[in-house]
Amino acid sequence: MWFFLLSDAFTFGALLIVYGLSRHKHLPYVGDPEAFTFSTQWWPIPEKVFNAFPGLHGVDLPLAFVALMTMILILSSVTMVLAVEAGHRMDKNDVQKWLLWTILFGSIFLGCQAWEWTHFIVGDDTGMVLGDGTRVFGASLTVNQYGPPLFADLFFFITGFHGTHVFSGVVLLIMAFINTVNGVYHKRGHYEMVEKVGLYWHFVDLVWVFVFTFFYLI
Amino acid sequence: MSSTNISTHEVHHDVHEEHEHHHEQNFIEKYIFSQDHKVIAKQFLFTGIFWAFVGGFLSILFRLQLGWPQATFTFLEPILGGWVENGKLSTEFYLAMVTMHGTIMVFFVLTAGLSGTFANFLIPLQIGARDMASGFMNMLSFWIFFLSSIILLTSLFIETGPASGGWTVYPPLSALPQAMPGSGLGMTLWLVSMALFIVSQLLGGVNYITTIINLRTKGMSMTKLPLTIWALFLTAVLGLLAFPVLFSAALLLIFDRSFGTSFYLSDIFIAGEALANTGGSPVLFQHLFWFLGHPEVYIVIMPAMGLVSEVITTNSRKPIFGYRAMIGSLMGISVLSFVVWAHHMFVSGMNPFLGSVFMFLTLIIAVPSAVKVFNWLATLWRGNIRFSTAMLFAIGFVSLFISGGLTGIILGNSALDIHLHDTYFVIAHFHLVMGAAAFFGMFTGVYHWFPKMFGRMMDEKLGFIHFWLTFIAVYLVFMPMHYLGIAGFPRRYYSWTGFEAFNMFADMNTFISISAIIGFSAQFIFLFNFIYSIFKGRRSTPNPWHSNTLEWTTPVLPGHGNWPGPLPVVYRWPYDYSKPGAVEDYIPQTVPFSETQSSNFPHEKDLE
Repeated sequence: MWFFLLSDAFTFGALLIVYGLSRHKHLPYVGDPEAFTFSTQWWPIPEKVFNAFPGLHGVDLPLAFVALMTMILILSSVTMVLAVEAGHRMDKNDVQKWLLWTILFGSIFLGCQAWEWTHFIVGDDTGMVLGDGTRVFGASLTVNQYGPPLFADLFFFITGFHGTHVFSGVVLLIMAFINTVNGVYHKRGHYEMVEKVGLYWHFVDLVWVFVFTFFYLI
Repeated sequence: MSSTNISTHEVHHDVHEEHEHHHEQNFIEKYIFSQDHKVIAKQFLFTGIFWAFVGGFLSILFRLQLGWPQATFTFLEPILGGWVENGKLSTEFYLAMVTMHGTIMVFFVLTAGLSGTFANFLIPLQIGARDMASGFMNMLSFWIFFLSSIILLTSLFIETGPASGGWTVYPPLSALPQAMPGSGLGMTLWLVSMALFIVSQLLGGVNYITTIINLRTKGMSMTKLPLTIWALFLTAVLGLLAFPVLFSAALLLIFDRSFGTSFYLSDIFIAGEALANTGGSPVLFQHLFWFLGHPEVYIVIMPAMGLVSEVITTNSRKPIFGYRAMIGSLMGISVLSFVVWAHHMFVSGMNPFLGSVFMFLTLIIAVPSAVKVFNWLATLWRGNIRFSTAMLFAIGFVSLFISGGLTGIILGNSALDIHLHDTYFVIAHFHLVMGAAAFFGMFTGVYHWFPKMFGRMMDEKLGFIHFWLTFIAVYLVFMPMHYLGIAGFPRRYYSWTGFEAFNMFADMNTFISISAIIGFSAQFIFLFNFIYSIFKGRRSTPNPWHSNTLEWTTPVLPGHGNWPGPLPVVYRWPYDYSKPGAVEDYIPQTVPFSETQSSNFPHEKDLE
């Protein structure tokens, strides 16, 4: 597992380096953050892009939603640790309980990401005026209202790639959960499988911290 | 079978299980979807040999074009169909052949065929394990590779032809389907095939590493491992770290091709039409590709180094010279291979200062490489050499590695590389140092371990002819290419007759092509010898080479589980050849020091 994670880390490392280099090739926005507008001329300020929150239309809450998502994912790591710890104590009920919480938090994270993507794709009310006078709303792989096309491309690709990992993680967790309920690990005498899935889960979580840092904070 | 098992049941429970399992296997489980590492190794070997002939055949086709640019090849029409127009090879097909030759040889033969075969075969046998850590993953690794092979093979037969943008598939040429016919469906298949190939490599690599770390038999410490295992171990680590980066690069390229993103594309004007893509960078792909691509050449050559070390020491009847230095240099090469990738990109417009950093790091690799060569030569020095076919190929490997390596020092200099970049000098360099040399390593392995694989010996006379024809042909093909390269002769050109300056090389090109055809024909001797010996070869003894390593302590044809009894226990390093005072000129790893008092060194007297 460790070696697999190491190689996966290189995959994400390559993607984040692509992000860094692509971003470096574009001009940053210089000027007053208050007067910021979306333009293909410069890389957008993330806080201006990711400022929506479900149910609060039109309210400017920079990064609030993604911060919540991150918290949920970190929380799921905590419950994962508790599940592994319960496995060491051979406490079947506790393992079940904490695995279920982890699955729940993981699924919530995926749901949040789906909403975030939808919002990103639909866009806000103002949109952006292109050079030829047309107005675009939201984002696709070729054009987006927030800035250069690469911004949306990278967003979709990297968060999508990470989302796929989270999804596989949830599937693995569900499999581990079913096995736990059926007592497979209990009969085997150790909960090492839960520990391995846990390793993967923490790794996915850690990658998110990096993705979050690169995409939303810097 | 069961009666003997009952008697050993109490003592060797695991053996019993293995045998029971073996007993129930039907044909498909045993030979097709086998989880036995030895069968999987043979599957890799057969697929690898098949691909080697396909790749070699393609190179002969384009050598025909280069050697006789004015000739017509109507006789090829039955084979190539529409790719020959009025007896002339189509230019598109020429590019496709060059691309496929590179892809097939580098990935499908010398990566999967070489380390797939020998890592699977030798790791459990030489470390004293019953099988790989996960037999199922191992099987999956082969079948995913097989699927990827089929996809690549299919792409050879589609109407628009296979990928044609060179084996490095640089965008934008590879990213835009309208750029050339091969960048259409052919390129898509190439990318799909490569993505599957990477998955297969990762599955295999994880398995090799886990097996070497966890399943070594009692007494087999890391410093008692044969050098083959060390080389295969570090190769697997390299593969595990380098291939994911190619995976990322390929995924991004797939997005650029199919979903309209612009990771690698910017400001392109093609066929009278401006594309909307902005912001990407094609050089970015080159960085990602070569971050894989450079470790890849060591993934190709390091298993060969391991096999050669083993064969040279066995057939010199001498301990390997500088065992720890050999391991150290392998490690040095592994680490350095990750920090030199940009030496493939000296002319991509990079900062000259950056170029000089990469040049410096590149030239440092000469040090561990030289250590290895020195140690091989020192092992041969005054040895009691047995010129078996495997040994000939091993010595041939060292020779090719030296002659190819020396030009590496020339190419590593950014100032010289600017002149020599993309000329036949580069072709000559890497074909000698990683192409032919790795092939020689593979032949060494096949000839040496054939008795363990099939229980029979290969024919030495045919092997001898095969070796000399191949060895001479390789030098006759690639030595003149250095000269062409220095004169500025560019690679990947379909035709050079349009350049007055290069017409004086017409004879030399013909000469190279004739040599290539002779070299390729010689491989059929090998093919015959290989297939004939599987069925009709002389039967082998359990240890025909009087070798020390563990695989030779198994029966002639080891069954599932490798050792019929308990696992062997290891007491000593694998290179006790011609030890003074010993009864025979070899002492297998399983012989305790207490049984060899006459040959023990003072510090070994009290060892077990």
